[in-house]
Amino acid sequence: MPLTVSIQPGSNVPIYRQIVEQVCAAVFTGRLLDDEALPSVRALAEELVLNPNTVARAYGDLAREGVIESHPGRGMFVSRRRQIYSGPERTRRMDQAVTSLVSEGFMLGFTSAEIIERVAAKTREAPAAKPTRPAPKGGPR
Amino acid sequence: MTTVAPAFLDDAADAGARDVIRAQGLTAYFGAKKVVDQLSMTVPRGSVFAFLGRNGSGKTTTIRMLLGLLPPTRGSSTVLGHDSQHLPSGARARIGYMSESHSLYEWMSVRECGDFQSRFYPRWNARVFDSIVGHFHLDPRAKASSLSRGERAGLSLAITLAPEPELLILDDPAIGLDPVARRSLLESMIYVTRGADRTIFFSSHLLDDVERVADQIAILDRSVLRARCSVEYFREHVRRFVLHFGEDGAPPAALPAIRGLLHARRAGRDLALTIAAPDDDTHQRVRALGAASVEETPVTFGDAMVGYLGDRGEQGFFLDGNTATSGGASA
Repeated sequence: MPLTVSIQPGSNVPIYRQIVEQVCAAVFTGRLLDDEALPSVRALAEELVLNPNTVARAYGDLAREGVIESHPGRGMFVSRRRQIYSGPERTRRMDQAVTSLVSEGFMLGFTSAEIIERVAAKTREAPAAKPTRPAPKGGPR
Repeated sequence: MTTVAPAFLDDAADAGARDVIRAQGLTAYFGAKKVVDQLSMTVPRGSVFAFLGRNGSGKTTTIRMLLGLLPPTRGSSTVLGHDSQHLPSGARARIGYMSESHSLYEWMSVRECGDFQSRFYPRWNARVFDSIVGHFHLDPRAKASSLSRGERAGLSLAITLAPEPELLILDDPAIGLDPVARRSLLESMIYVTRGADRTIFFSSHLLDDVERVADQIAILDRSVLRARCSVEYFREHVRRFVLHFGEDGAPPAALPAIRGLLHARRAGRDLALTIAAPDDDTHQRVRALGAASVEETPVTFGDAMVGYLGDRGEQGFFLDGNTATSGGASA
């Protein structure tokens, strides 16, 4: 499935970060598959009408976070091994996401049971209910 | 690039130069009124450089001085390595300039405008002209005088881009454009960046567009250059602090000096401070205000700009955010 990114200038999230977040979301919900090619920096910049440096920065961050990887001469691809965070950092990131979700839920007037219920429903329907596999032998190709 | 008109050959010396524009102490007076005050900056080759500031801040005057259309009262500038006041025709041919007014030959059709202009440019690329004309949905047979504001901008842009200028200078190109024409303009600008060493220097008030296409900015405020840095640097270094004062507290009546403070707003027991480039000292001073809690949040590019150009600041905080902006860089 082709990558669809939509950009909101004027947000307090910088544009390169919006790209990072949407590519991450696409990867972790299975809309982008392992080893799938990403559009080139130039192609995505022209499609989204953005300075190519912004896209390049987003790809750089995604590569550093291990979500995508560069295959020299061929372009950027979704990484197979994405579990790049070590124990405490992995936990910290999860806690951060949960904290923000829970406070948003309470702010909107949901009870804790309702929040848990909705999270459970979401985890069931997400196509990425595939937990990240252990790294394949020999590393990414 | 093997066949180059003789006029271009003498410019080969600056072909590798890093900066396409260098201004040193550029100053303009109109009578007793200072319009541009000692502006020094450089525009790196290959950048998409947004020149920002409120109306009347001196942007158009600066552009006219850079192009040699107006002699500076003091100071100097070079464009593509040549003194702005003595630009050789070969260098001029490598600069594409679109003024605010889109002056066109009104009696000519769109196609005739292109044909006419093409005779002045050895490097005229008819495919670029046609594709921009098509992009803006212009009828090649339509008279220039019959075009709408957006269509005129499209034709101007086609005429400006067809010679494939190395340096594109656009003075408020988006003014008066509808959203579709604006998007076509941005797409054309991104298209230009396909040439890695082509530079776009443009002024604009449309910060969403600037955020999309620019990588460098300069901010002029009341004739003075107040910032010259990358878009990202600017975004990341303007921060907002929201201070909550508890039930028995209240924001102080007067604020102590905080370096970089751009804007302060009170709302009941809350105080919001917009601060440029906060450091440890800033954080300490903010905490010393005695709020029950302090929350640091990012701001939008627009908020950062408005904060920067607002009532408070008189200084430039981001002039040293980039190399080669301080004085002493003699040509």
